[in-house]
Amino acid sequence: MAPALTTDPSGTAVVDDDIPAAVRIDHVHKSFGRAGAAQPVLDDITLDVRPGEFVCLLGASGCGKSTLLNLVAGLDRPTAGTIEVPGGRPALMFQEHALFPWLTAGRNIELALRLRGVARAERRPEAERLLELVRLDGAYGKRVHELSGGMRQRVALARALAQDSRLLLMDEPFAALDAITRDVLHHELTRIWSETQLSVLFVTHNVREAVRLAQRVVLLSSRPGRVAREWTVGIPQPRRIEDAAVADLSVEITEELRGEIRRHGKH
Amino acid sequence: MASTDTSPQAESQDLAGLEAGLDALDSVRVERTPFTQVLLHKVLPPAVAVVLVLAVWKVLVLAHVTDDYKLPDPSAVWHSLHELWLRGTLLDIVWTSVSRGLLGFLAALVLGTPLGLLVARVRFVRAALGPILSGLQSLPSVAWVPAAVIWLGITDSAMYAVILLGAVPSIANGLVSGIDQVPPLYLRAGRTLGATGARGAWHILLPAALPGYIAGLKQGWAFSWRSLMAAELIASSPDLGLGLGQYLENARTDSDMPGVLLGILLILFVGIAIDLIVFSPLERRVLRSRGLAAAAR
Repeated sequence: MAPALTTDPSGTAVVDDDIPAAVRIDHVHKSFGRAGAAQPVLDDITLDVRPGEFVCLLGASGCGKSTLLNLVAGLDRPTAGTIEVPGGRPALMFQEHALFPWLTAGRNIELALRLRGVARAERRPEAERLLELVRLDGAYGKRVHELSGGMRQRVALARALAQDSRLLLMDEPFAALDAITRDVLHHELTRIWSETQLSVLFVTHNVREAVRLAQRVVLLSSRPGRVAREWTVGIPQPRRIEDAAVADLSVEITEELRGEIRRHGKH
Repeated sequence: MASTDTSPQAESQDLAGLEAGLDALDSVRVERTPFTQVLLHKVLPPAVAVVLVLAVWKVLVLAHVTDDYKLPDPSAVWHSLHELWLRGTLLDIVWTSVSRGLLGFLAALVLGTPLGLLVARVRFVRAALGPILSGLQSLPSVAWVPAAVIWLGITDSAMYAVILLGAVPSIANGLVSGIDQVPPLYLRAGRTLGATGARGAWHILLPAALPGYIAGLKQGWAFSWRSLMAAELIASSPDLGLGLGQYLENARTDSDMPGVLLGILLILFVGIAIDLIVFSPLERRVLRSRGLAAAAR
């Protein structure tokens, strides 16, 4: 492993960059396949997410955004470069709810608490509190198949929050939901993010969603994924997806995204 | 713009109401079937089938299609049953076989489960034993009876050996296919929650594989019972307790056709009863709790 970029316990910077980060992705490369015939998926990605910051990673298919999220989650290792997550193992939410169907909603959350080492007596009240946070007060004893798509994703969010990580990774978590449910969940996520002051790295291919949610939108190019451009979104929260300012910025970003996709048509 | 002339609080209220509406509209209501429905759709059809079979049997007897000693009247079989009951041996015979079958099945469970785990999780073991286990499943376990008798004599041990050889592959294979069918998403989700190694196996892998494992147990019981009956039929000896297989064999040597039919019916009945009392409720419970009840009917 290459030397990690980190700060020592006294807080003095060991490496040049002394701004604290929730995640520090430093010159990360990732290729799949055997050496020689390796397919590069990510090429020299450098990206920091500051504590409490909400960053959306945006890109067309094949840009490696999910791969990058897996690397940050520690489910895979980069081919080169380092990823530093000072707060420990990040929480991860998937496009599919990934709740365990043999457990009730409440027990799913309690399992996360148990694996985190929370004492037995504290698990139930904590699970109830987290369900309340996602506005599912009565759902403790509900089986996964008894919940709607939106409710499942809210339980999944509560389970991710149960990990008590300072960094939440989200891999297109609302892509399979209908527009109105997604709208409601955008609102809930924004509210919970501002209440908990988590750092969020949110992957999506939906430009409007990115602009609706993020403080910063990072556009990745495709094959291999590179950071193409970044926007800081100054529109104050709470935003709505139909706001004129959101629409304007979305048009601008979509134009750029189209350009990125078009490049692949020319050989 | 709607968002500019509503306050954040009002908007929040509005969305909370919308959310409650969505939750109410989209939730799946799970209802239990009422008792009369169960009676009508689950109990009545098999009862009708049994009555029909008895009726056809009776008609064939009345039509004298064959000799009495080949096809006795249903009442003669009933008479044999009644006689066994009066002699006080009926429950002994049934219990001798059922206790052997269940004990053998439990031993197969204890051996088959770790074997299945090893085959599923260790690549070398899978390559080495996987094909053998699948092959053993298609080998009728009655083929083991001669070998078991030569190795162990006509003893209870021989019976148990035949049961194990029949049931262990089923149980192990059930667990292997249960584990193979676990969606990788659950394992990834488990790993992000910190369930790795033994904790991952205990909290994620095994519960996720449970439906396949139970299907394997069900089949394992069927194989145990079949193997035991084959063993009892072939390796019958007065030294061993009288089980259903021996009862059937004794009836054959006595040319007692009502006894033979009674033996067959009792074997069938016990096999079905154990499945209905133990395995089907277990399977239904597991599937229903996961929202797979439609598959279990």
